[in-house]
Amino acid sequence: MSATIIRNGRVIDPANKRDEITDLLLVDGKITDQSAIRSPPSEIEQIDASNLIVCPGLIDMHVHLREPGFSHKETIESGARAAAAGGFTTIVCMPNTSPVPDNPSTIAWIKDRASAIACVKVLPTGAISKNLAGEELAPIGSLAQAGVVAITDDGHCIQNHEVMRRAVEYARMVNLPVLDHCQDYNLVGNGVVHEGYWSTLLGLPGWPAAGEEAIVMRNILLAELCDHPIHCQHLTTAGSVRLVREARARGIKISGEVCPHHIALTDEAIQNFDTNYKVNPPLRSQTDIDALVEGIADGTLSILCSDHAPHADFEKEVEFDAAPFGIIGLETELGLFLDLLVHKLRKIDLARLIEMYTVEPARLLKIDAGTLSIGARADVTLIDSELEWKVRVDQFESASRNSPFSGWTLKGRAVRTIAGGKTVWKL
Amino acid sequence: MTTRWTRKDLLGLRELSADEINFVLETANAFKQVGTREIKKVPALRGKTLVNFFVEPSTRTRTSFELAAFRLSADVINISAMTSSLTKGETLKDTARNLEALHADILVLRHSSAGAPQFLANRLKASVINAGDGAHEHPTQALLDLYTIRERRGKIAGLHVAIIGDILFSRVARSNIFGLLKLGARVTLVGPSTLVPHEFEKLGVEVSYRIDDVLPKADVVNLLRIQHERQRREYFPGLGEYIRLFGLTKERAKLLKPDCLIMHPGPINRGVEIDSEVADGLQSVILNQVTNGLAVRMAVLYLCGGIAS
Repeated sequence: MSATIIRNGRVIDPANKRDEITDLLLVDGKITDQSAIRSPPSEIEQIDASNLIVCPGLIDMHVHLREPGFSHKETIESGARAAAAGGFTTIVCMPNTSPVPDNPSTIAWIKDRASAIACVKVLPTGAISKNLAGEELAPIGSLAQAGVVAITDDGHCIQNHEVMRRAVEYARMVNLPVLDHCQDYNLVGNGVVHEGYWSTLLGLPGWPAAGEEAIVMRNILLAELCDHPIHCQHLTTAGSVRLVREARARGIKISGEVCPHHIALTDEAIQNFDTNYKVNPPLRSQTDIDALVEGIADGTLSILCSDHAPHADFEKEVEFDAAPFGIIGLETELGLFLDLLVHKLRKIDLARLIEMYTVEPARLLKIDAGTLSIGARADVTLIDSELEWKVRVDQFESASRNSPFSGWTLKGRAVRTIAGGKTVWKL
Repeated sequence: MTTRWTRKDLLGLRELSADEINFVLETANAFKQVGTREIKKVPALRGKTLVNFFVEPSTRTRTSFELAAFRLSADVINISAMTSSLTKGETLKDTARNLEALHADILVLRHSSAGAPQFLANRLKASVINAGDGAHEHPTQALLDLYTIRERRGKIAGLHVAIIGDILFSRVARSNIFGLLKLGARVTLVGPSTLVPHEFEKLGVEVSYRIDDVLPKADVVNLLRIQHERQRREYFPGLGEYIRLFGLTKERAKLLKPDCLIMHPGPINRGVEIDSEVADGLQSVILNQVTNGLAVRMAVLYLCGGIAS
């Protein structure tokens, strides 16, 4: 048997409403209690967690691993290492790969690949529509049987409300949440940056806030009509926050997530045409940031994630219009959210931040993760919430480097990641 | 004037100070004389290589830069999108680095993407001159507009300039706005609300949708071409309605002050944004703009080319 004892840490386990200085025991890949220990003390791995937070392994439910099809950007293996380095033991990967996982065999391939080489748990999503084209439904029932945790056309957005309505109705039958990238193609057009002062000044095509809000509103109506959860991915605008807040107050099964770049940066960052700031949806105004932060504080936006979107240097080193959208985030998101939400703005406490990275996504996706309950898989993250560190993009585990946060000093980060009882990353 | 030129690149007017703009205009003044001599050539850039790299089509601006370079004794190569390796899938960065490997000293870039000149300027030792990038900036056009206004009216400060037409998609408008405001002019933008969004007011200009209210007060009207071939239909219902609401017709031209200048960056659509007779009338300085463009571009090439060495 293998046994590990994590000593003297501040154990924060929102699932069990625990927050205390204590020891945590891991035996044979499970969280356990003292009674399960049968090893002689000399064979027990000791980890000193004094002054550290010990929490359930974090979950990032919005990650692009780029495999199959785009392994020059990232692989399941490198993406999983990046996740471990960021404190994540479970990641949910998006379906805009090639081939698209709109069929059970591609899902099987991803799961096989992940179990062979990924150091953290990788959970696939399936496509809502065939080839993400937004026209015909993918075989959602077969995808459910193949083990997807949700369906989404992320990177794309189903424009036909009737198709979306039937997808949500069908997903309800097989008990899968629907995740949606909210973008009205007619309103957004060829927009590349937030429509506002900076798009006007720089002459870059604008991506109006209403382009997101129109689809958020659509999703609220369909979640109500179908009585089934729709989760709005990477929300960015004050209007979206207001819509989701009002709908949740009425008991509608709608939820939303926030990415760190959308609260760390405004659209002013694009003024030098640096494509590392080009992301979809785009960086928005300070008013939007303030609303997102309020939405996080009052629980309207319940999930934090990265939308980790790797691209190769040569793909980003082009004209602004031509560059692909996306920012990598697995290795900076926890630091950014700790630094901004907990330390600087003091909008949420550590326990809530951990809850938004564990209990909330686990509940939405109905997955067995995000808890330190006895018997649970021994996924544990050790966090030093006071550690000041400098972001060094050149030292990232990710295969890509497209981060605008290079050189930033952040307060707080994961210092050790334990997946299934094994240390998979350590500072 | 104590200003000295320190920039290897000219990317836009937003980044220039009023002193720097005036310095270019003064330098252009000296070069304008050259054009009237029998020998129109000076040796300022002899031995230098200038590449006219036009990824988006242009005749007027490219010819003007080419002639300006000839008059400064530079060697000139013209590359268009069709003849460049961009059509073979080479990136802009690689094409430009190849040109630099051939020891090009000055790269004049016209590109459909906003920010493309800055992208290259950050990566090349050669001077990069923006000859128009997307809807962002067209600095030499604005400089020649400023030069023409100053030449005709003796000053810029205090003048009221109306820029009329498709502002949203216009790099000429943006560069003019930045330059005019820095030199103390008052600027009013006029055009359909879809092409002149209120967001522009945050740049420090006024916005009006009633041309007849603006024309009597203007010292300069700068008419922009309606780029109907590039636009999605929803921006305005059609040319007929555009002319009715915003065209500078003969009737409307009567509202102008007698000394008001009529400008246009070209190419003009006669009978659309401007009536044919008005374009050729006494108040029109459209061809003076073209002539001044040469002097202004000589000044820009001379100043930036001097820094790059």
